[in-house]
Amino acid sequence: MSDFWSWWIIIIAVANIAGCWALLYWTRRMKDSESEDETTGHVYDGIQEYNNPLPKWWLNMFNICLVFSVVYLVLYPGLGNFPGLLGWTQEGQHKEEVAAAKATYAPLFAKYASTPIADLSKIKQATEMGKRIFVNTCFGCHGSDARGNPGYPNLTDNDWLYGGSPETIEQSILNGRRGMMPPFGAVFNAEQIDGLVQYVGRLSGHKVDSSKAAIGQTLFNQQCFVCHGANGKGNQALGAPNLTDNTWLYGGSATSIAETIRKGRNGVMPAHKDLLGTEKAHLVAAYVYSLSNQE
Amino acid sequence: MSETQNLTYNYRVVKQFSIMTVVWGIVGMTVGVIIAAQLFFPDMTFGIEYLSFGRLRPLHTNAVIFAFGGSALMGTSLYVVQRTCQAPLISNALAAFVFWGWQVVIVLAAITLPMGITSSKEYAELEWPIDILIAVVWVAYAILFFGTIAKRRTSHIYVANWFYGAFILAVALLHIVNSAAIPVTLTKSYSAYGGAIDAMVQWWYGHNAVGFFLTAGFLGMMYYFIPKQAERPVYSYRLSIVHFWALIATYMWAGPHHLHYTALPNWTQSIGMAFSLILLAPSWGGMINGIMTLSGAWHKLRTDPILKFLIVSLSFYGMSTFEGPMMAIKTVNALSHYTDWTIGHVHSGALGWVAFVTIGAMYYLIPKLYGRKEMVSIDLINIHFWVSTIGVVLYISSMWIAGVMQGLMWRAVNADGTLTYSFVESVNTTYPFYAIRLVGGILFLTGMLIMAYNTVKTIQAGPETDSQI
Repeated sequence: MSDFWSWWIIIIAVANIAGCWALLYWTRRMKDSESEDETTGHVYDGIQEYNNPLPKWWLNMFNICLVFSVVYLVLYPGLGNFPGLLGWTQEGQHKEEVAAAKATYAPLFAKYASTPIADLSKIKQATEMGKRIFVNTCFGCHGSDARGNPGYPNLTDNDWLYGGSPETIEQSILNGRRGMMPPFGAVFNAEQIDGLVQYVGRLSGHKVDSSKAAIGQTLFNQQCFVCHGANGKGNQALGAPNLTDNTWLYGGSATSIAETIRKGRNGVMPAHKDLLGTEKAHLVAAYVYSLSNQE
Repeated sequence: MSETQNLTYNYRVVKQFSIMTVVWGIVGMTVGVIIAAQLFFPDMTFGIEYLSFGRLRPLHTNAVIFAFGGSALMGTSLYVVQRTCQAPLISNALAAFVFWGWQVVIVLAAITLPMGITSSKEYAELEWPIDILIAVVWVAYAILFFGTIAKRRTSHIYVANWFYGAFILAVALLHIVNSAAIPVTLTKSYSAYGGAIDAMVQWWYGHNAVGFFLTAGFLGMMYYFIPKQAERPVYSYRLSIVHFWALIATYMWAGPHHLHYTALPNWTQSIGMAFSLILLAPSWGGMINGIMTLSGAWHKLRTDPILKFLIVSLSFYGMSTFEGPMMAIKTVNALSHYTDWTIGHVHSGALGWVAFVTIGAMYYLIPKLYGRKEMVSIDLINIHFWVSTIGVVLYISSMWIAGVMQGLMWRAVNADGTLTYSFVESVNTTYPFYAIRLVGGILFLTGMLIMAYNTVKTIQAGPETDSQI
């Protein structure tokens, strides 16, 4: 901030504090009521006013508050560009606390950093640590119980978009994923989309209209097989879902499937490498792995 | 005494605002009870968008602050300014415009907020066309109030009018600056400010709305109705001078304490905290002056339920103006911020102070406006007092406990540095307190219904022949 605004703040703030003291000083010199019943002489709609002195304890409290504020503004940043004698900033406080936490807790995380995830998933302390990080980081999308939400995969059902090996899970956490189903609303007409809906439903064992499904099957084998495979079992290298297992990321009703085909879907799992760091991500991977690989 | 001169004051507008104070109090608090219930029964309103928490919550805050509180302040200020200046309002037409204009604002708020039309600024959610109407009505109100003061027949201006005047001027300034926006359509605008500056302007507004609307305005009310009801002189003229000037000068700085540990610059946060602490003293000045006005007449508290309302309102005022500066201290705020403690704090002020002093003032005022010495049932006032006192205590103590518990749960860490609790666990643990809060809210609303009944009966009873206002 420019010197002008800095001084602007300093002068008004100091004047305000000094003004409080001036008020106290000025009213102390006002004439006290001579007797208990003497009023100021003003009468407003029958209301009169005494002019009792300011209560001593209240004056003391006022002075203490003012002195505290002056001392605080000398020690801490507040008066414009004056940084305060302590040099405190909230950024500095945050850095210090993070550094202190790292120093305390780093050895605990380092202990597990080189243990393979599959082994880690059997160590109770490790999965507990992973779980605590999960329920405070991943819960917003996947839920505190990891059972997911529409658009956000259930992590407990052993059905994997990108694969469920320990390494793949860790990669998903560290680097994120982008699942993109392109929109086909401009490619197919309503009848064709309905056919595809029927066919995709049949892949997962829904009861469907077989003549419509036949139309869908032809289209599927021309277009959709590229990602989802000729038999509809998906492709984990692309994150293309298996359509035959009756597990639906965006809902399995005819309406939802039609919407998916027409408008496409964009699934984003953000990268957590910078947010969590590799050691914590390693523990989260172990926890997620443990959810669908229980003994 | 000189004020027995025969003057024709405008009581019509005072009556209108007084009745609407009771009506809007019930409406606003009913919405409050609904959203409190939604926190306990999340599916209560069947997912209907117009009744969702996010739409009803601003309706609740606007209804209780601006409809209930606003009607009470406008009604009492226009009564007090006439009586203490011995001058009728300068224009009856302007008075009618202020009343009807304000009611239109409230109705528009009640329509647009459930529709989801919002500027998304807390306590300033109304969109720009309504904001312009508010500004016009407010300027008319200011002209009416200050014009009447200018025509006064008393040599001095009574302290109640200083506070009402400060409230009117400051709210005009706050509303116009904070609501500055660039309109896109009739129902959509963007704030004229960006980022951290927008946040600071918003909380400069937000905190001073508390300071000047909910504090200064109601102190004006207190300064008239307590000495009147107690039939005692005000305790100390000089104390009123000191705490008035110190209060209005200091309040203006306090907003940044709503933005501790955020993108707001360090200096702004510190200066906000320092002045918030100073604020304790001038705030308590008002409490002392009100409560000590009763000295020499303490026995009246035993028998007069109106005085109970008025004096207990000052106790809650003192309590929440102690709590506020404490919560503005950064280390305390680091625990209390974003928790239900804040909700408890607000309601100890809004129910305990604002609503109590309003209720007390209305019980004094309404019978006088309708030519009676007092309400038809004093017993019902007494019942109202106890029902709402229990309601407030349940409300604020449950929110204190819930808030401190949430703050402690959010910061609890395990031996390995991971957080002990997930957010959902803290929500789960809060459930019983949401139930207690709901009971408190229902009790308070019940009190308002008792008041409405008593008011209707009093008006129906008609004027007493020997009564004079």
